[in-house]
Amino acid sequence: MKKTFTLLAAAAIAASAGFATPAAADLVVPNLSYRTGPFAAGGIPYADGFMDYFTLLNERDGGIGGEKVQVPECETAYNTEKGVECYEATKGQGALVYNPLSTGITYQLIPKVAADGITLYTPGYGRTSAANGKVFEWVFNYPANYWDGASVAVKHLLDQNGGSLEGKKIALLYHNSAYGKEPIRTLQELSKKHGFTLAELPIDSPGQEQKSQWLQVRRDKPDYVLFWGWGVMNSVAIQEAANIRFPMENFIGIWWSGSENDVTPAGEGANGYKSLAMHGTGMDYPVYADLKKYVIDAGKAAGAGDQVGSVLYSRGMYAAMVIAEAIRKAQEIHGTAAVNAKQVRDGFEQLEITEARMVELGLPNFGQPFAASCADHGGPGAAMIQQWDAAAKKWNLITGFIAPDDEVLNPLVAEDSAAFAKENTITERCN
Amino acid sequence: MPDTLLYAIEVSLNGLMAGIMYALVALGFVLIFKASGIFNYAQGVLALFAALTLVGLQQGQIPFAHVINASFGTDLHHFGWTLPAVVAIALTAVVMVGLAWAIERIVLQHLVNQAPIILFMATIGLAYFLEGLGDVMWGADIKKLDVGLPQGINETIDAVTFNAFGYGFFIDNLDIIAAFVAGVLVLALTLFSQYTKYGRALRAVADDHQAALSVGISLRFIWVLVWSIAGFVALVAGIMWGSKSGVQFSLSLIALKALPVLMLGGFTSIPGAIVGGLIIGMGEKLFEFFAGPLIGGATENWFAYVLALLFLVFRPQGLFGEKIIERV
Repeated sequence: MKKTFTLLAAAAIAASAGFATPAAADLVVPNLSYRTGPFAAGGIPYADGFMDYFTLLNERDGGIGGEKVQVPECETAYNTEKGVECYEATKGQGALVYNPLSTGITYQLIPKVAADGITLYTPGYGRTSAANGKVFEWVFNYPANYWDGASVAVKHLLDQNGGSLEGKKIALLYHNSAYGKEPIRTLQELSKKHGFTLAELPIDSPGQEQKSQWLQVRRDKPDYVLFWGWGVMNSVAIQEAANIRFPMENFIGIWWSGSENDVTPAGEGANGYKSLAMHGTGMDYPVYADLKKYVIDAGKAAGAGDQVGSVLYSRGMYAAMVIAEAIRKAQEIHGTAAVNAKQVRDGFEQLEITEARMVELGLPNFGQPFAASCADHGGPGAAMIQQWDAAAKKWNLITGFIAPDDEVLNPLVAEDSAAFAKENTITERCN
Repeated sequence: MPDTLLYAIEVSLNGLMAGIMYALVALGFVLIFKASGIFNYAQGVLALFAALTLVGLQQGQIPFAHVINASFGTDLHHFGWTLPAVVAIALTAVVMVGLAWAIERIVLQHLVNQAPIILFMATIGLAYFLEGLGDVMWGADIKKLDVGLPQGINETIDAVTFNAFGYGFFIDNLDIIAAFVAGVLVLALTLFSQYTKYGRALRAVADDHQAALSVGISLRFIWVLVWSIAGFVALVAGIMWGSKSGVQFSLSLIALKALPVLMLGGFTSIPGAIVGGLIIGMGEKLFEFFAGPLIGGATENWFAYVLALLFLVFRPQGLFGEKIIERV
């Protein structure tokens, strides 16, 4: 009896580890995802898109360069401590790259990946100044980061106001965390440059109660509200904006505040809400035909298959696509299919994604072309603006890609990364 | 009237309304604690589970569809019908009663006379189980809850205050309805507790399990009853909070908002939950209004607990809690 119990307990512990040990020769890309907890609604579609793309490569192409890709999943629940545990638990399996979908986890992993020699890929999130490859050798955040997002939002507002924001009031409503605070410095600099007043309104996580902040918006009457939210904070903010009748076209969220999940609960009230978009969405891309054939219809989808084509599914798929291309590049550079973590980093650093390549991948005009380099781990940083049509229940892209204001951003990136280098006694590379 | 005073009044009123929303969650905790001495960690998840079930039933969603599809290769999602809100609410209430019965049968009856900490830990397990069950049954996507409750600014209050002060106050229609519903709930629960046979039995069990058993009160029935009522209160809280933010898994975190209310109002008083909610709601909103801009904002989450702790210094049992005197 005791023996049986011990065996059962051992089996339970093995099962609770939550991931399978990959075969030794496989390419291993752990998926630090969150399918449970308060942020699951965002984590699930992203994780599904991420997993499904690698499944597509395995099923259709036999992997990357003939090597199958294993994507062991580990649940972080968007919790930084659990995220670090997941990293520690999976890195020994031959992990090539991590994409934890959490700025908090990213900050904790930055020193760890440098010590362990594993790439950290944080598209559209994480530490912005990691765009400086001279300091952050192991971190990549192309095609765009938070500071790019802040700058693109302001450039959009400049376009809307005949090129001047002089005397305008802009409120930044943000998740009171490392993530939400990221754009503050940039917006402060941009407010000096363009003469607008910036009000900073933090909201504590998870953000179910935001009445104080929206009463303040109602009293102060800012011309525009920029929004850095995540999870329930997004849908509540959009509902509260509708409640106080804030003009939705003047309410702009970062790309993490612009999914179907965020606008659906507010119904008609969300009509006209805008958000940044760093890639296209919807099903109008040839890659979806392959996904349907090889993954969804074959019963190999990571989730229920009901998230395909949504904003966050597309983003997870995009992240997987970039990682796959970086691995492919690493294989090309080093002449071997079974690349290791260090070689994959080289792939990330020399990665070039052209529009022609995006067409080959079945994603024409989906994302901006970019070319990384030793110094540039951040990419061009351009983003589009999308607007929610509540009647049609879809996002419409209302601009093309808008480039950020590098004149303001580059010195900020240099300053922040220099401070990090000094704190951590890092010698700049790429000289 | 100075603008700051007007704004402070508006903030206070909204704080009172927010406090009632917190109290709706706190009521569920109080009911169970009062009847069984259990601090029900799962109360927030009960609200989530109730709201998920309500939306699922209303929209004709097939429960466990993902599991069925994955197991049998089917493509089932919805039954193809939708239910009127009243019918869906009634059916959800039935589900919550069934859940209360199951909790009593599977969890509580095995833990009679165990230390309170054991019962508390059982509710922690229950919370995680129910969260997972809700996910598997209804999916983790965010759902819009629409039972016909109006939302947005109350035009009458806006117009009246504008005519009187030159500044229209914002009060959300949903909050006004929540206040009304909370009032009715408290009245009904108080009458039930004071003037009905089962209410008196419930209070007897709360005072002493074994003494209540000795006079023929069925402990099991009382526990099913009280968990059913707490499930119904959770349904009401789930409707109000779900209408506000959509039904999503963070709904369970509303329990965090109820804790300072309980600390302040006492764990055993139904009116205490309401008064505690009002004090916490108004206190946190006023503090944010006056002190927030000076210290960087986002004060509400922590200030609610500071306020509750300050009250505890002077009344450890909470404002309305029972003072426990033990002779040694």
